[in-house]
Parts: sequence; C-alpha cells; structure tokens
Amino acid sequence: MPDEPSDGGAPEQPVGETKFNRRHLAELRSELAADQPDVRERMLRSFTRPSGSQVLGGVLVGLLTFAAVTQVRLYSDTNTYSGLRQSDLVQALNGLQAASTKADSEIAELTKTRNRLRNSSDQRTTALEQATKELNTLGILAGTLPAAGPGIRIVVIDKRGQYSVNHLLDGIEELRDAGAEAIEINHRVRVVAQTSFADGEGGIEVDGQLLTAPYTLDVIGDPDTLSRALDFPGGFKDDVTLDQGKTKVSTPKVVRIDATRTPTTPQYAVPAS
Amino acid sequence: MIAVLGMILGVVLGLVFKPDVPLWMEPYLPIAVVAAMDAVFGALRAYFDGLFSDKVFVVSFISNVVIAALIVFIGDKLGVGAQLSTGVVVVLGIRIFTNVAAIRRHLFHA
Repeated sequence: MPDEPSDGGAPEQPVGETKFNRRHLAELRSELAADQPDVRERMLRSFTRPSGSQVLGGVLVGLLTFAAVTQVRLYSDTNTYSGLRQSDLVQALNGLQAASTKADSEIAELTKTRNRLRNSSDQRTTALEQATKELNTLGILAGTLPAAGPGIRIVVIDKRGQYSVNHLLDGIEELRDAGAEAIEINHRVRVVAQTSFADGEGGIEVDGQLLTAPYTLDVIGDPDTLSRALDFPGGFKDDVTLDQGKTKVSTPKVVRIDATRTPTTPQYAVPAS
Repeated sequence: MIAVLGMILGVVLGLVFKPDVPLWMEPYLPIAVVAAMDAVFGALRAYFDGLFSDKVFVVSFISNVVIAALIVFIGDKLGVGAQLSTGVVVVLGIRIFTNVAAIRRHLFHA
C-alpha cells in the first residue's frame, strides 16, 4: 500500500508493537489483508450477518447524510444571503449601494430629459395654437375661410340697371370704414383686398364674375355701426337713390358668408426683413 | 448493511423533517459535512484494507468534524474565514480523492 491509511480506519498502535517501524507494520498488515478472504466475500458476510459494532458506524453515516441533505436543502431553499459571512455581506451591500447610486443618477438624468422634452412639447403646442389662431384670422381676412357672425344684409334693388361700379365701390369702402370684417356679394363673390370691380354687360363684374341686380351684400361687423354708416348724407343709401334704385337693410342674428377665394401667391412681393 | 440502512434513514429523515439550521451553525455545516465524508471514505478504505476499527472510525469522524469547524471558527474570528474554509475543503477533498483511489484499487484491482 503506497498511501498512508487515513484517519478513517487505522487502529491505534498496540503498545507491544512499538519495536516495529510503522511502515513495516503496515506492510505486514496489508499482507495479512491479502491473505484474508476476498474483499467481496467479506462485504457479503458483513451484509448478511450485521454485527452490533456496525450500529455505531451506521448511526454516524446516517448523521452525515442527514447533515448533507439538510445542507443541500438549505443551500437551494434559502436566499443567497443567509449563509454569507459578515465580510461577504458588507461586500454585497457595498455592491448594491453602488448599483443604487448609479440607478439614482440615471433616474435624475432621465427625469431631466423628460422635463426638457415636456417643455419643448409644451412650447410646440403653444406655437401651434398661435399659428392656428393666426391662420384663422388671416383666412378670414384673405377670404379663404367661410365666416359667420353678427352683421347686416343689404339688398340693392336696381330695376333700371343704373347702379354704377363707382357707387358700389364707394359703398364697400364706407362699410370697411365702419369696421366690416368680411363682405360677400350675391352669395357668390367674397370681397377681399385684391377684389376687382368693373362694368359688365347688364350688371357689374366683380373679380371677373358678372353679377346682376338685385345685389345682396352680406357684411359681418357691428350691426349698429354698419347700419349708421349707410345712412349719412352722400353715403351708400344716397348713392343708390341717385342711381334710382332702392336699398333694403336687414339685421339677421347670424350672417353666414360661405363664398371663399383660393389664395393667390404673391408673385413680386416678398416679406421684407 | 447497517451503514447503508443508516445512510438511507439519514436521507429520509433529512427530507421529512426539513430541520432548521441555527444561524450560528450555518457557515460550519458544509465544512462539517465534507469532513465527515472524509472520515467515512477513510473508514471504507480501512475496511477494504482489513484494518477497520469502530473506535477509530467514531473518534476520527467526531474529531474531523470538530477540527474542521474549529478551523473555520478561528478563521472567522481572524477575518480569514472564507479563505480558511476554502483551504479546509481543498485539503479534505484531496484526502477524499486519495481514499477513493485506494478503494478503487481494492474493488477493481486497477
């Protein structure tokens, strides 16, 4: 036997055998063991005829397996931290703290980004609202949007066909002076800054469309101011009377102007500055 | 025979009772188990060598467990518990390998 026997089983040296050196003794013993019946036979014998002295060994082996099973269960059942030593725990805690600090700074960073994005989106919404408002205002001014609101309806009855373009134009100017915001003639033509007026065959050409009497002017603005603007001497009504026509003015609750213009892109004018 | 019975009984008891290990014992239990395994394999080897003795087995079993636990305990007190338990496990592992090699030679003559 090349290996020293382990703690496990070598019997204590009997006092009488001290004169032999140990190696010699071990050799003798292994020879003895070799002389004994085969290992398998001995195992068989001890299996079939258990002796009382085996009980203690059985108890110890049972203790070992009991502890081993307990340890295996403990290791797999409980969480990772329960079996750790203090130093290991401190290390784990440090690691967790570092991770938490990192996560905190990440949260702060992300919150900052979120606030920035929210601000910019707020600004964008405000800008969009403003732009929409402006678009509505400009759309009414330029006649690209239908309009509705308080105002007056003027009907010029011109049976003789003598109502002149100049008088119509004067009348519209007076209405504008009185604060007319949107004007429509005969439910067909929207009057805006670029609108042209000309004499036509049996009527008046407005923006290239021939309009015939009676002329209906729908005007949005303050009804009282507009009505008064028609009345002053040498004004709208007098002009119509001069051309031997008649004027009827009514004040509906809501004046609807549905005629629109397609906007024209300026060819020469560009925004200055 | 009785040892095999004891082994089975230990596994069954451990599984059935699911004992709670006291907190102070938790670091020592794995080391104690490895030390006891060393004692059992040593006993098995001695048995095959024909040198087995109950008394030596009992004493070696208990002293192995106690000494292993003691080393780890002292290591914990000195602040090198983790390293010392690693050392104990390595040493016991080498011994278990040696014993199992001797058993193998007996059983398979190789």
